[in-house]
This record gives sequence, structure tokens and C-alpha cells, in this order.
Amino acid sequence: MTLKVITANEAIAEAVKLSKPKVVPVYPITPQTTISEYLAKFVSNGDLEAEYIRVESEHSALSAAIGASGTGVRVFTATSSQGLMLMHEIIFAAAGMRMPIVMADANRAISAPLNIWNDQQDSISQRDSGWMQIYVENAQEALDSVIQSYKVSENDNVLLPSMVCLDGFILTHTVEPVDIPDPELVEKFLPEFEPKYAFLDPTRPMSLGSLTDPDYYMEARYQVEEAMENSLEVIKNVDDEFGEIFGRKHGLVEPYKCDDAEIVIVAMGSICSTIRTVIDDLREKGEKIGLLKIRVYRPFPSEEINKILRDVPKVAVVDKNVSFGTGGALYNDIKVKTDKEAYDFIIGLGGRDITPIEIEEIIEKTKNPVKDVTWIGLKGGSQ
Amino acid sequence: MESKGGAIVNPGSTRINKTGSWRTFKPVLDKEKCNDCDNCIMFCPEGSINKDHDIDYDYCKGCGICVTECPVKAIEIERE
Repeated sequence: MTLKVITANEAIAEAVKLSKPKVVPVYPITPQTTISEYLAKFVSNGDLEAEYIRVESEHSALSAAIGASGTGVRVFTATSSQGLMLMHEIIFAAAGMRMPIVMADANRAISAPLNIWNDQQDSISQRDSGWMQIYVENAQEALDSVIQSYKVSENDNVLLPSMVCLDGFILTHTVEPVDIPDPELVEKFLPEFEPKYAFLDPTRPMSLGSLTDPDYYMEARYQVEEAMENSLEVIKNVDDEFGEIFGRKHGLVEPYKCDDAEIVIVAMGSICSTIRTVIDDLREKGEKIGLLKIRVYRPFPSEEINKILRDVPKVAVVDKNVSFGTGGALYNDIKVKTDKEAYDFIIGLGGRDITPIEIEEIIEKTKNPVKDVTWIGLKGGSQ
Repeated sequence: MESKGGAIVNPGSTRINKTGSWRTFKPVLDKEKCNDCDNCIMFCPEGSINKDHDIDYDYCKGCGICVTECPVKAIEIERE
């Protein structure tokens, strides 16, 4: 075991080095930039034997990633915010063409107004694309999730791309101790990718991404739906296998003190750490509060969520994103997939600091609800 | 090999993929009235009419050009 004190961006880069992709087309953007810089260094030093393509935009980065993945090799790219927006067209193509690409997204707010700080609107806006999405809480989870994602994405029953989402600056630019797994163990867990289905090979010509008329299009889309369903089981199995080898498991969701809870907060990403400390403090005062961290957001783990929330009277959903008029994405999913009394709290947009005081405010507002969707921390008082 | 993601894994797929489902109107030839001028064969933009003037409904889009070009009005167009 090698313990290094690094940022989540460096943890992502270390995970990529261990996963040995053959092609890395990447375009830098704050706060992802250091991922592309670490990878450039690894390739330059010979620590990572990959083709590092310095593309002219994010649209090109993901296009190159699809082209490379189409030849049947492992591919990595990373982006953030406006870069992800520029990739939007190709995001859907990567999923529809069933390319097992793994991409890190350093979660950052979307313009306008221009803002480089953290929220999760960028990746949430790609939610319907057919990519699997994992929201990590810390640097260790970021590293583990990249390695796990390759194994899930490349599974014959899945073949969908994965997006590992990490909160910009909060994770990307703060350091914490991270266990870097032994390369030989990673090699054993994640051997070289051997594609079974269509891939570009001069000796076996074929067309990828061609026109599909109304007679076939829906079936191709339904294959994505089936793959997304299949992936739930695959993610669980891969996580179990990872746990056996590396001694760490992360789960589809992670409950914290939910068993006797009167209110459970449902959240994604780094905010879960803040919520845990608030819960610990309130539990000392006798308040029964719990946390349900959603780690895997797509596929949506409805079964696990319902199991944990079964006896919970009230749910407070925390969203670092908003769909204007209907609340955050996670709230909408919880309302659709559970029959719980749930309230939504839009918080921390554009990097607005989230302190324990705001989390306590969320709990108070869930006890005495006034409206379905509440914006927390607005100047002049919450709405 | 199974196809995923709409991949075309073998060449010549246009022979397998039927495109006639786009049709709203369907041309029907009355061979009794046909004078064998072959106008319909030459004007069909999809090459969906053979030398015996059989219309291949797997590919015919129902454009109706054959109906217009037939000098003896041997082709009727019907709603699909």
C-alpha cells in the first residue's frame, strides 16, 4: 500500500495510469486542467504508454475518443462545465455507439453568468445521454471509481461509457491521503480490454455510427435501456470484486445512520461529508437524522433507495443543480421512483459555500415544510 | 456477430435493410392495361420495378412518379 497526499485530480490521473488506456485525447479546462497535465507528464515520462492527443476542443476530444474506442482500445478523457457542454453532441454518440469510454468530469457551474466554481449542473445536464454517472465524495473514491468504471463499461452486457463526476475545487484542488493500489493487483483486476463486439479492424471492414432509419432506431435505443438496467448488477459485482482485492467497497448508494431516522437527507458528491458531521452533532442532541449518499446516479439504483427509505417518514433532497420550475434532478428522480414525502433544496450553485448551518436549515425546513422546492442560502434570506 | 449501437458489421446491408415502411401511398399496376413501354422502370427513382413490371414494396417509397409517367394509366395509387 502506497499512501500519497494528493488532490482528487491527481488521484484520477493515477487511476488512469493504472488502468493503462492506449489513447488519451484531452483538452484542458478549469478545474480539470491538472488531470490533463498529470497525464501529459506520465506519457512524456514513459510512465503511461498511450497516444496523448492534444485536440483543438472538447468536441474534438470526445470525437477522437470515440474513434480510438472504435478500434477496440481503452480510452480516457476528462473535461468540465463548458467543455462538457461543447461535447454534448458527441456525448450522446458515444453512448449510442456503445463505446466503453471513461471520462472524468470536474463538476463546475455553467455560464451565464460565467463562473468557474463548483456545482453539478454540467454533468446533470448530460443525465439522459446513456452514460453511467458516478458522483464521488473524496479523492480515494475518485481513484477507485475510474478503475471500477473501466471494468463496468467494458462488460459485454453493458458497453456504455462512464462519467466519473468529482466536485470542482472542493475535490479537484484539495489534498487528502489516497491509497494508490499496487499496479500488479490492478492488472489482475482490470486486464487489457479485448472487445467482443464491433470494432474497426482493416481485415474486417464495418461501419460504426451510420444512419439508422425508423425501422431500426428504436431497437438500438432500447438496447441502451437494457444495457443501463444490466449495469446495476455489473456495478455491484465489480464493486464486490474490487473490495475483495483492494479492501474498499463503495456501493451503489451509501446509507449513514438511516435505520431509525425520522428525516433522511439524500445527496451526491462531496457535500455528503459535511452532512455526516452535522448528523453526528445533531444525533448527540437526540435528533434522528440520516444520510443516503447516491454514488451511482445513472443507472438509478431505485431498489436500493426504496429499501433504505422504506420506514423513513420524511426525505430532504439536496441538489446542486436545478431544472427551473420543477426542482433539482435528484429530487425529481426520488419523487418518480419512491412514494416518499420529499422536499427539495437547491444549494451551493456556482460554488456558494455550504456550511453546517445551511444543512441544519434544510433539516428545520423539512420538519416544517412550506414548499416543495426551496433555494437555500440566497442573499436576503432563503426563499 | 451481434450488432450493438447500430454498427453495420457486414457489407451490403442495404439488401437486408428494408426501406418500404416510409410509404404512405402505394402504386398498384394493372398488368392488363400495361403496354410494356417500360416508362415506370426508367422513371422509378428507387429502381423498385423489375423488367416484368413487378413493384418491390420492400423498397418502393410510394412517390407516385410511375403513376404520373404511365401513358396508359395502368398504375393506380392507393392509400397504404
